[in-house]
Amino acid sequence: MDNLGLLADGFGAVLTPENLLYAVIGVLLGTFVGVLPGIGPAMAVALLLPVTYGLEPISAFIMFAGIYYGGMYGGSTTAILLNTPGESASVMTALEGNLMARGGRAAQALATAAIGSFVAGTVGTLLVVLFAPALASVAVEIGAPSYFALMVLAMIMVTSVLGGSPLRGFIALFLGLTIGLVGLDLNTGQTRLSFDQPLLAERIDVVVVAVGIFALGEALWVAAHLRRTPAHVVPVGRPWMSGDDVRRSWGPWLRGTAYGFPFGALPAGGAEIPTFLSYVTEKRIAARKGRDEFGRGAIEGVAGPEAANNASAAGTFVPLLALGLPVTATSAVMLAALQGYGIEPGPGLMTDQPELVWALLASLLIGNVLLLVLNLPLAPVWARLLQIPRPQLYAGILFFAALGAYAANLQAFDLFLLLLLGLLGLLMRRFGLPVLPLILGVILGPLMEYRLREAMAISGGEVSALWSEPLAVVIYVVVAVAVVAPLVVRRVRPAPAAVAVDEGIAGNADDEEKVR
Amino acid sequence: MSTPLDTPTTPAAPGTTDGPDRDLAQLGLAALLVVVGGYTLYDATTLRVGFGDPVGPRLFPYVIGAVTVVLGLLLVLATLRGDVPEGEGGEDVDLRQPADWVTVLKLVGVLLFTVLTISFLGWAVSGALLFVGSAWSLGSRTLVRDVIVGLVLSVASWYFFHEGLGVILPAGILDGVL
Repeated sequence: MDNLGLLADGFGAVLTPENLLYAVIGVLLGTFVGVLPGIGPAMAVALLLPVTYGLEPISAFIMFAGIYYGGMYGGSTTAILLNTPGESASVMTALEGNLMARGGRAAQALATAAIGSFVAGTVGTLLVVLFAPALASVAVEIGAPSYFALMVLAMIMVTSVLGGSPLRGFIALFLGLTIGLVGLDLNTGQTRLSFDQPLLAERIDVVVVAVGIFALGEALWVAAHLRRTPAHVVPVGRPWMSGDDVRRSWGPWLRGTAYGFPFGALPAGGAEIPTFLSYVTEKRIAARKGRDEFGRGAIEGVAGPEAANNASAAGTFVPLLALGLPVTATSAVMLAALQGYGIEPGPGLMTDQPELVWALLASLLIGNVLLLVLNLPLAPVWARLLQIPRPQLYAGILFFAALGAYAANLQAFDLFLLLLLGLLGLLMRRFGLPVLPLILGVILGPLMEYRLREAMAISGGEVSALWSEPLAVVIYVVVAVAVVAPLVVRRVRPAPAAVAVDEGIAGNADDEEKVR
Repeated sequence: MSTPLDTPTTPAAPGTTDGPDRDLAQLGLAALLVVVGGYTLYDATTLRVGFGDPVGPRLFPYVIGAVTVVLGLLLVLATLRGDVPEGEGGEDVDLRQPADWVTVLKLVGVLLFTVLTISFLGWAVSGALLFVGSAWSLGSRTLVRDVIVGLVLSVASWYFFHEGLGVILPAGILDGVL
């Protein structure tokens, strides 16, 4: 297979002692930050972006890959040991995982999560190796009109299909689009929304936006609602699994992977739906086999959703690398990171800079192996991080957020922007506005405008050019279905995400009572 | 986890037009949206249109500004119909307590202080003050330990960026010492 040969070249570029060291540092840092309560994978990647400044692109990528998987794994550790999922993707993991932990099986829960992540991440990345180049070779042929349509699709999907309240999703999206407008208009050289500030004319750095909204916004929101009673952390030893645990886990791992990857790879995105589907499937299969431990800490309920979560994360690299479309918060931050290296993800990426793409994919596989090797023995250390006193923890988050925003350009003005964006992030959490549409708007808005103007310049201002390509027409039909279908479905039954959140909240309340 | 379950089409409590179910603070957000959208529209009118560019620099701001204004108005409607947002939960978030805005104000003050002084004091001092000030605002009373931790963090990060990444953060008043 040609792709595998290219992947081997990628390994050749990545496997130097120096790069392996970066990978180890990346995995450790990513897990360290991801385990900290209140920090999800997107925030972990955003906070750690500055660490890779000044590195060669390939070294930076391999470090990213480590940070990325480390952050994901760290999030599930928190979910299992604290029963308070940091993000919607680990809601299902937290359900059975924390029950297992409280039943004295924390070590097995962490082990099945780690190995499940490894299996799903590896299979998922190999699937990216197979699919992304094929999709990219098709994508190169896609014209500006279809590309414009694809971006409309991604925005609609993320805004109205995934969230609970379409109105709030659109408010977040258009706030993001407005932020994306700020700065120089490339065609005419005029500045927009820049209040005559030369520093704003250079556009707002996406890293500053991500750190402001994710890290600072979250820290301020937590500050307003800090839990005064200490959280209940389950002590844990070194993760291990018995033969029986493995026999019960490998099926859920593979089924979870099968659920997760397609959802990540499609522009429908998100890990909420596949983790939910995996949970329900495993519960049903366990009931049929007559050993239904769900509700008392079933290992299948950790193995399946955790694999689905990671496979979905790997799947998001297909639209990200082949089309330049991020569909999750974490991949949006990854896109910003790639842009920081002058790499424009999109149809041309695979053909223009193949060595970088293959190095990235090889890095992801290596990061995955290192994650397993390092984190199984280190789990007790990570668990102790959950005990960090909250004032120091959030002061540290503010410290690193400021460092990240400042180190990008060494402008005090960027810190001021960070503060404004942090306040916006606080506002969004207060009013229940989802964060992902905003980040997507900031990143995709300028790209969309560019494509539209390109399409119009080619057609000489003929608007009908927008639906002149068959693919564009197909995508608009999908958009129409995506807008109408949820309206119909919502009247028939509640969305799976809503059910999941209900159960998660129920679990939390239960936990609180037991703590008291 | 921001998944508000109430949408404008399915209000939480149909029939209730007043009372504590409404979140009137949302009207402030709506006003903000109208102002932002309105300014975006105004800003677009000041742009010159170039040649050979059928779309021009104005179309996007026009559309984005107009939709933002409309969204603000829709939010007013939704608020009056009893649409209540669901604040975001999290590991350390306790939504059953009333919000503690004083702490948030203190943190904003600390950050503003950092913005204003970083060029003069340099990262090593400013960063340490940021850490100590934030921890204090959040309720920490172990001042000596916080100062030590803050100094170690900021000096270590200064050297890490300087030696490891080649990014030279300003040394400020410690110029020549670091």
